[in-house]
Formats: sequence, structure tokens, C-alpha cells
Amino acid sequence: MSVVPAEAVPGGALAAEERPGRAPAALGPRARLWPSLGAVYRAQLSRARVARIPLLFVATFQSIGIMILMRGVVDGGDEARAVVAGSAVLVVAFVALNLLAQYFGQLRSGGGLDHYATLPVPPAAVVLGAAGAYASFTVPGTIVTAVFGCVLFGLPLTHLWILAAVIPLAGAALAGLGAALGLLAPRPELATLLGQLGMSAALLLGVLPADRMPAPVQLARDLLPSTYGVEAFARTFGTHPDWAFVLGDLAVCAGVGVVSLAVATWAYRRAAVR
Amino acid sequence: MCAVRDLTKTYPAVRGRRGAPGTPEVKANDGVALEVRRGEIFGLLGPNGAGKSTLVRQLTGLMRPDSGTVDILGHDIVRHPERAARILAYLGQESTALDDLTVSLAAETTGRLRGLDVTQAREERDAVLDELGLTPLAARPIRKLSGGQRRLACFAAALVGERPLLVLDEPTTGMDPVARRAVWAAVDRRRAERGTTVLLVTHNVIEAETVLDRVAVLDKGRVIACDTPAGLKEKVAGEVRVDLVWRERAPLEVPEVAALRPRADESGRRWTLRLAPEEARAVVATVTGGAAFVALDDFTLATPSLEDVYLALGGDTQGLVKA
Repeated sequence: MSVVPAEAVPGGALAAEERPGRAPAALGPRARLWPSLGAVYRAQLSRARVARIPLLFVATFQSIGIMILMRGVVDGGDEARAVVAGSAVLVVAFVALNLLAQYFGQLRSGGGLDHYATLPVPPAAVVLGAAGAYASFTVPGTIVTAVFGCVLFGLPLTHLWILAAVIPLAGAALAGLGAALGLLAPRPELATLLGQLGMSAALLLGVLPADRMPAPVQLARDLLPSTYGVEAFARTFGTHPDWAFVLGDLAVCAGVGVVSLAVATWAYRRAAVR
Repeated sequence: MCAVRDLTKTYPAVRGRRGAPGTPEVKANDGVALEVRRGEIFGLLGPNGAGKSTLVRQLTGLMRPDSGTVDILGHDIVRHPERAARILAYLGQESTALDDLTVSLAAETTGRLRGLDVTQAREERDAVLDELGLTPLAARPIRKLSGGQRRLACFAAALVGERPLLVLDEPTTGMDPVARRAVWAAVDRRRAERGTTVLLVTHNVIEAETVLDRVAVLDKGRVIACDTPAGLKEKVAGEVRVDLVWRERAPLEVPEVAALRPRADESGRRWTLRLAPEEARAVVATVTGGAAFVALDDFTLATPSLEDVYLALGGDTQGLVKA
């Protein structure tokens, strides 16, 4: 047990009481944004090995299952493109929106935010690191789903490289939304519910062909950020894609991503100090 | 080092939902004042609900007090709560944020988030894991460890990236004696080498008596006493504690035993009595002879502990741990 008398401690002040009004002590270093973002990202990425693998498989199987179901209804053309693009982006919605909302909801309710809040780390590093890791988790599932869908519906694989832009931008938009929902929800069950609802919306509004939907549903579809990722991806299946529209859709994703990640960072500050 | 003045925090009343009763307003800290000196191990002792964790959350900048001041090493933590993270390391009761990481990555990441660069963080990680005997577990995820090992891994993370103040909320919960010794040895080394100050939250009276330099006793949000453990025990120096354990039941047919009953704390077959020394001698004489002795399983006579102090000060000892 403790054997060092307090009087023997270097600079110890048991005998001579400290003078009030002495100059404040030097503060420890602050963690800078990029190194701490990298550290959070790496730590979150490593969690996939421990905790998240089953759900990553579920995300892919769900999308592949939906495409097989739709194969019986949809023959080809625009509708097939919408189904494949929607299913691929659904993987992003499942992991980045739904699972991240659940993670932050649990972290907040379980006192896990205290750990980060008592470290001198910028809030943006914690939010962006986690969002980036969850967006990265979606990469294998999205690629597998897209390739499988192209083969199933006989679509060209030529422009699949667009996924290199769709995944990070749709990932930023949906992960930002997921983080904000998880951090703002007062209870973890509510965070889970909101994440699930967001994913269901991405499923119904993204995968099902839009033309047959009534006007209010089309409006809701336009409000959902995942729609723009789906549209950008679907356009590239054409023989002569209109790249201006593709860029426009991706720009919407990027814009929503910036706003939602900013909201999530604000929500983190609010949740960390009560 | 750390001065707290007149700290008050009230949790608002929660209105009941359907099927769940509401809770009234709770004054978790009521005018708390403390002075922690550099290099000491200062304890906050009290049962659950005494306001220890609320007090610690305000010292670490996690919660804003309703009123009062917190000064740590010359910094006003109420006005600048973000500075707390650059002065102190905090070990909370929850490990949610680190559960899915390996022991090694949890320590390294925490160090990096305390502002260390990669090389420093890895060096300190290796040194701390070695010091605490965690190196064999370094590659194991924290979630898969036993409760005591998990606690020790979180303690390791708290030590990476040196801080002049360690705030430890029940650090040794669930630990075996080897791990406990590793914790107190690591604390003592930092105190001896760097003058590190420790603020320890505990409800374990034995630990409080053995490791603390000074202790503040909290009850219902107030500091009811603050002194060295020995100084506190002097307040009840005139008392002796007698524990009687009966074989099956107390022999109430013996008049002397029946007379003691109103003064005893009963817990199953155990009676605890706090008596003046001459009274205690008389009780021991009674129970070690005749009919009472036949019914007696065991008895102990002890000088007062911090638990007795707590009781004498008017606290409610239920919730204090004696192990």
C-alpha cells in the first residue's frame, strides 16, 4: 500500500501551505486535429475486428437479397440501374447511418463520452474519426453489392470507379447524419430507432424505382441525402453518362456531409459537458 | 493544488411517465469545500448517492456546477472546463469507449489524444503496460478481460501521458490483491518521482485507511468531516467495537444479552456493538461464560475504523464496503 509520506514528495506542500494567487501551472499539450483524428480513426477501424464484422456481412447480404427479389420484377433499363445503385448505397446507409447512430447512442448513455471529454482532443477529431471509420467499413460491402448487381442485371462494369467518389461522399453525408442522430437522441433506444428509420427510408426511397411513387414520396426522396448518391451512381450505367449531373449529385452529398458533420460536432460538445 | 469552494449542484426533479414514478429534486452537492495539497492522496469517502461522483464530474470539467468555484493549479475550471483535460487524467467508472480496443491500442490511443506523438505514445504505453504487468494481455481486447483486469487496463490508459493530478473513481473495484498492489505501487512511484497528486473516490473503508493521506467524508452531498484517517479515528477514540456472532440465534434468555439487544446493529447472526472500553470488558466477560458462551460462535474486539467514524458523524454506513 502507499508507503511514501506526503511530506517526502518532491515539491510537496503539506508543511508549507501553498500560497494562493501563485501563477497558474503550465497546461499539458493539446492534441492537434489531424494526429488525433488519425488516432481515433485507427482505433475505431480496429473495432471492426472485435465487434462489427457480423453486422457488416448482414448489410451486404440484405442488399444482395433485395436485388435478387427485385430481379423477378424488374427486367432492365432505368429501373435495373436504380435497383443496383440503390442497393449499393443501402450498404452505406446501413453501416454509416444506422450502426454509427447506435454506436454514439450507446457511447453517450454508457458514459463513454466522458473518456473523450476528459482528453484534450478537438470534438471534430472524435466525430470525424468515427464517421470516417464507419464510412470505411462500408467499402467492401458496397463494392461486392455493386459488382454482384451489375452481373445479375447485365449492367456494364465500366464506370464502377465512380464508387471511389460515391462511397466517401455518401458516407460523409450519412455518417454525419447518423452521428448527429446518435448524439442528439436523449436515450440509446431512440438513437437505435432513428438509425433504423433512416436506413428504412434509404431502402424504400432509394431502391424502389421513383417514377411510380406518389408526389409526397418523391418529395421525401428528394430530401434524403442518400438519394443523390444513388442517382449519381445510377447515371454512370448509361452508355453516355451526363457527367455534369453526376458531379451535381455528388456535390449535394458533399454539402450535406459538411453540414451534418458540423451538426454532429456541435451535438458532441453538447453531449460531452452537461 | 486543487481548491473547491462552496460547490452546489442540484439535479432537477424528473416528472413521472406513465408507469414510472418521477424523482424529486436532488441536491447532489450542497456547499462542498475542499483543499487538496500537492503530492497527497486525497480521498472522497461515502456510500453510493453521497455525491462523490457528482463532485468529481465537476472537478474534471464534465459538469457545470450551479454555483461555487473549482481551482486546479491556478486554473478556474468552472469558467474554463476544457482546461481540466490538460491538467488531470481521469479514470471513470465506465470503460465503454475502450471496450472494443486491445489493451495496447487503448493505452496508445489515449496517449495520442493526450497530445503525445506516435513515438512517445508507444514508449509510454510499453513502459506503463510493463509496470502494471499487463504486457501478456496487451493484444487482448479489453471487453474479453475479467472485471479487475479491465479496470487495470483502463488505469493503464489513464497513466499514459503524464498529468500532475490523477482523478481515480473507484480504481480498484473488482481487482485481486496483485492488481491492487500494482496500482498503488504505480501511484507511489509517480508521487515519489514527480510529486503527482491523487484524488481518489472510494467506498471501501479498508482501502481508505491504508492508502489515503487525508480523507473527506461525504454524506448527502455535504462534507461532514475532513482529516487524516488517524485524526478522524481519534474522534471516536473512546469507543471499542465488539462483534458477536451467534451459532444459531442470540440467547435472549440470558438477561445480560437481552439487555444488549437494543444497542446492537443486527445483521443475520452478527451483532455489532460500539461501547466504552469498560462496558466492552463487561460484555466480553458475559458472553465468554455460562449460557451465552454456548450460543456464541465467534467474537472480535477492535479499535474503531473509519466506518465507526462515519457512523459517529451521523452518516448512514450502509453502502460502505469493508474488504
